Amino acid sequence: MRLKCPANFRIIRLPCTGKIDVIHILRAFEKGADGVYVVGCMEGDCHFKSGNFRARKRVEQAAKILDQIGVGGERVKMYNLSSGEGPLFAQYSIEMDNKIRELGPNPVKVALQAKKQAA
Amino acid sequence: MSLRTLEELKASGELRTSSKLEAILKMGHLAVTSECGPPRGSDPKAVTEKAELIKNHVDAINTTDNQTAVTRMCSLAACIHVKQMGLEPVLQMVTRDRNRIALQSDLLGAASFNINTMLCLSGDHQSFGDCKQGQNVHDLDSMQLIQTVRRMRDDGKFLGGDDIKRPPNIFVGAAANPFADPFEIRVPRLAKKIACGAEFIQTQCIYNLDKFEEWMRRVRERGLHEKVFIMAGMTPMKSAGMAKYMKNRVPGMDVPDEIIARLSGVPKDKQAEEGINICVEAIQRLKEVEGVAGFHIMAIEWEEKVPEIVERSGLYPRPQV
Amino acid sequence: MIIASKKPIEEIIQEVKDYKRLLILGCNECVTVCEAGGKKEVEVLASTLRMHFIKEGNEKKIEERTLERQCDHEYLEEIRGIVDNYDAILSLACGVGVQFTAEKYHSTPLLPGVNTCFLGANEQRGMWTERCQACGSCILARTGGICPISRCAKRVMNGPCGGSSKGKCEINKELDCAWQLIIDRLRDLGRLDDYEIVAPIKDWSTERAGGPRKVVREDVQV
Ligand code: SF4
Ligand code: SF4
Repeated sequence: MRLKCPANFRIIRLPCTGKIDVIHILRAFEKGADGVYVVGCMEGDCHFKSGNFRARKRVEQAAKILDQIGVGGERVKMYNLSSGEGPLFAQYSIEMDNKIRELGPNPVKVALQAKKQAA
Repeated sequence: MSLRTLEELKASGELRTSSKLEAILKMGHLAVTSECGPPRGSDPKAVTEKAELIKNHVDAINTTDNQTAVTRMCSLAACIHVKQMGLEPVLQMVTRDRNRIALQSDLLGAASFNINTMLCLSGDHQSFGDCKQGQNVHDLDSMQLIQTVRRMRDDGKFLGGDDIKRPPNIFVGAAANPFADPFEIRVPRLAKKIACGAEFIQTQCIYNLDKFEEWMRRVRERGLHEKVFIMAGMTPMKSAGMAKYMKNRVPGMDVPDEIIARLSGVPKDKQAEEGINICVEAIQRLKEVEGVAGFHIMAIEWEEKVPEIVERSGLYPRPQV
Repeated sequence: MIIASKKPIEEIIQEVKDYKRLLILGCNECVTVCEAGGKKEVEVLASTLRMHFIKEGNEKKIEERTLERQCDHEYLEEIRGIVDNYDAILSLACGVGVQFTAEKYHSTPLLPGVNTCFLGANEQRGMWTERCQACGSCILARTGGICPISRCAKRVMNGPCGGSSKGKCEINKELDCAWQLIIDRLRDLGRLDDYEIVAPIKDWSTERAGGPRKVVREDVQV
C-alpha cells in the first residue's frame, strides 16, 4: 500500500535527532509553523546510543513551554521508526496533519498576520 | 547501689543542685519521671490538670518544648505552673528555636523560679510541625547546650565570659536514642554527652528490650552507667494502630513485630489494656538491668494511666525528699 | 559552583510585561553549567517570551546577550554601549550577577530570571545537590570531609540527632543523613575515634549571621 504524504511540511534533515534542541522547535513556531514533529530511530537503535532519548526529552520540554504560553503543547510530537518504514512515515505525517488541522493555526502566526493587516 | 537517706547524701557533699530528681537518683532509688505536653492554647489548666493526675506517682515532670515542632505554650511557662503546684518540673529545651542569647536567658528565667532540672535536646525538624516554612536556629546543638548549662552553673559564667550573678542551679540531662542509626556510635555518642556534662539521661521509648539491653551492656563495658543516671523511656501503646504508626512513621523508633502482633492479637477494646501490660512487663524486666537508674514514662495524652503503670510496676510509693 | 533553577515562566511574564524593550542577559559560568541561565536558556526564554507577547498583542523587542561573567566589572562593561536601548534587563545570572549588573547600570531596571539556590555539585546529569553554605570557617578537616552545616537538616556539630534512620535523615527518606556519611568516612579512614572529640561551639560570626562579608587581599590589590 502506498500512502501519499501531505505536501504542506518541510523536512529538515539532521544527522541524529539528538542534535535537536528546544530552541530549534521554538524557532519554528516563532517563524509561523503550525506544528513540528521529530522523527527518530527506534528507541534502543540510536547510532549515538541515546540521541533519540534526548530528542524525546527536548520535545517534551518544548511541548511544556508551548503549553505554558498557550500555543499548545500538542503541536509538537516525537515519533520513532526504523529506516525503510516509508509507509509508516507517511502515516505519521497524515496523523500530524490531521491533528494540526484540528487545532487550527499557530496563534503566534495569527497574531502576527492580524498585526500586518492592521498596519 | 545501696540506698542512702537524704541526710547521708547531703553529708556526702555529692549533691550539686537542689534538684529533687538529682537527690532521688543519688539516694539510690529508681527514679520515676513523666511528662506533660503543654497545650496548644493558653489555659494553664491543661498543664495543671495533667500534673494533678500524676503528681503522687512521679518524682519530676518534664514539660516538652514545642514537641514535634508544633507550636504550643512554652515549656518554661508550663514548668512554672508545675512548680507553683509544689511539684518538681524538668525544663525541656530544644536548640531548634532559640539562639545562644535566648537559651541562656531562658535558663536564667527558669533558675529565677528555682527550676532545678532540665533536659537538652536538638528538637524535631520544623518540617514535622505546623510551621514548615519557618527558619530553624541551631546556633548550638544539644551537646553544646549541655556544655553551656554546665558552664553557667559550675563556673558561673556566660558563654561570652562574663560572670553571672546568682548562677543557675540546674541538674542537667540529655536524651539518648539507643535505637537510632548508626548503632556502632550509639554508645560513643552517650560518652560524648557525658563528656559535655550530662548528669542524667532519658532515653527514647523502648520497645525492643533485647536491643536496649545490648546497648546497656556496651554502656557498662565502658563504665558509663557509673557516670550518668540512665532513665529508660517508656510509652504504653494504646492500640495496634499506634504501634504500627510508631514503627513506620516516627524516625528513630524501633518497634518489634512481636509487639504489634501481641496487640493485634487481642480485641480492639482490649488493646489499650494489653498496651499497659506490655509496658509494665517491660519496666519489670528493665528494673533488673544493671545501670538502669529509673524510668521516664511518656504516656502521651494518656496521663491518667501513669499511676496504674507505676503501681503495677512496683515503683510505688515514691520516696519523700 | 552556584546552583540556580529557572523561574516559572508565569512569574517572569508578570515581571517583564510592562517593559517594551528587553535584554535577556545570560552568564557563561555557573548558571550555564547548571543549565539555568546560559546562552541556550537565554535563547529559549527569549523565543518563549516573544511568542507569548506577540500572541497577547503586546509585541516587544526582546534581545539576547550572554556575558562571560556578570560578577566581574570587565565583562559587564561589554554592554555599556547598548544598555540604553532597553527598558529593562532580565538577568539569568545568579543573584550576584543580577545585583552586580544592577549596581553598574543604575538607571536600568534589573529583573532576576532564575532562583539562586545553593553552592553545590553536579551529582548526576540533571541533578545538583548542596555541599557548602559558605560559613566562612571551614570545619571539613574535622568531619571526614563532609559538611554538616550544609548537609544536615539541623546543622548539628555533634551528630547524628536521634532521627537518623537507616542512613537517612529524619526529614526525608531519600536524603542521606550527613552524620551517617561522616561516620562511614571516619571509619573508612580509620579515624572513628575522632568521633568522640566534641566539636566546640561554632563562631557563626563568619557566616551570614555576622552581616555582609568581605574578603580583602591586600597582597593582590593594586
Ligand atoms: S564547613 Fe563551612 S566552608 Fe566548609 S563546606 Fe561546610 S559550610 Fe562550606
Ligand atoms: S538525621 Fe542526620 S542529617 Fe538529618 S537532622 Fe539528624 S543528624 Fe542531621
